[in-house]
Amino acid sequence: MSTPATMNMSTETCSKTETIEVRVWRGTQEGEFKSYPVPRFESQTILDVVSFIQREVDETLSYRFACRVGMCGSCAMLVNGQARWTCRTHVSKVLNGSNTLEIAPLANLPVIKDLSTDMTQFFDKWASAKGQFKGANTRKDPLARVKPSSPERLAADAGIECIGCGVCYSSCDVVTWRPDYLGPAALNRAWTLTNDTRDTAKLDRLRVIAGDAGCHSCHSHFACTERCPKGISPTASIAGLKRLIGRMAAKGELT
Amino acid sequence: MSSQGIAQAKAWYWQRISAMVLALFVIVHLVIMIIAIRDGLTAAEIFSRTKGNLAFGIFYALFVLACAVHVPIGIAKISEEWLGLSAAASSLLAKALALIIVVLGLTAVWGVI
Repeated sequence: MSTPATMNMSTETCSKTETIEVRVWRGTQEGEFKSYPVPRFESQTILDVVSFIQREVDETLSYRFACRVGMCGSCAMLVNGQARWTCRTHVSKVLNGSNTLEIAPLANLPVIKDLSTDMTQFFDKWASAKGQFKGANTRKDPLARVKPSSPERLAADAGIECIGCGVCYSSCDVVTWRPDYLGPAALNRAWTLTNDTRDTAKLDRLRVIAGDAGCHSCHSHFACTERCPKGISPTASIAGLKRLIGRMAAKGELT
Repeated sequence: MSSQGIAQAKAWYWQRISAMVLALFVIVHLVIMIIAIRDGLTAAEIFSRTKGNLAFGIFYALFVLACAVHVPIGIAKISEEWLGLSAAASSLLAKALALIIVVLGLTAVWGVI
């Protein structure tokens, strides 16, 4: 196990031998990329790179992070044009033999400053898609029993680990083309709730997401599925919604 | 459910069914094309195969109808996204396109059988 002393030595050794050029977006919606030389460390993540610049080179750089372990969903950015969770993305994975990195704020969201985006619309769409759980039980009722092997539980499990990082939303072409589209994360949330046997707002939820900006706008490009750092497939969740809504509409169950 | 939601759900349903039909028909069509050009690609050769061939006529008439269902639904969505058309305008465009595909397609089928 490395002690702080040996880690510092290793850092020092690396910084003397290798430096990477990091182009970072500076500004708001309007702005430009600025280059910063950053020493290469062992096991260095993209978040480490951004933190180094902010702490050692330019303290005015704005970015967002919290947990640093892939749980909070705060630190997603565009790395070499691809949305990624930066705390769990190693520099060695994205350098691809070159010596330069480009780090920008997430696409499809307004930029507040530098690498921080305004995620209001992203979370508002979760609310629009009725992403809140609505149950009928009170605290006096016994706990609901959901069989782990039931199809509904398995379907909900497949999408439940979303951390709300916005990587899927940033990667989705349909969000770019029609900004009112609810997006992969909100629809994935709707699908997990649809499969929650305790939830009582299914019909209202399906009415909303069957609309113009809902699940039928998805073209199944799979960009969200490809990029989701948690390995969730929002495309599969959206396909599930399409099938369910199609069946219910055909039977007249949703009118 | 809003009428818009029902319309979206039905459009998806129809596009999915027509896609299933097209997936099968396109494969058959490709096989027919590969076999057909073996004796040369002349009008006489084509007519000798298609004239009076009812099965050929039914197959391609269904092909045209599946296209007339499938293509306009997709074009309506894409025209909303890429051209910024309103839902009403894209729906009108889709209906016009469906009509054009049906008329031109069935005319072409009628012409060779």
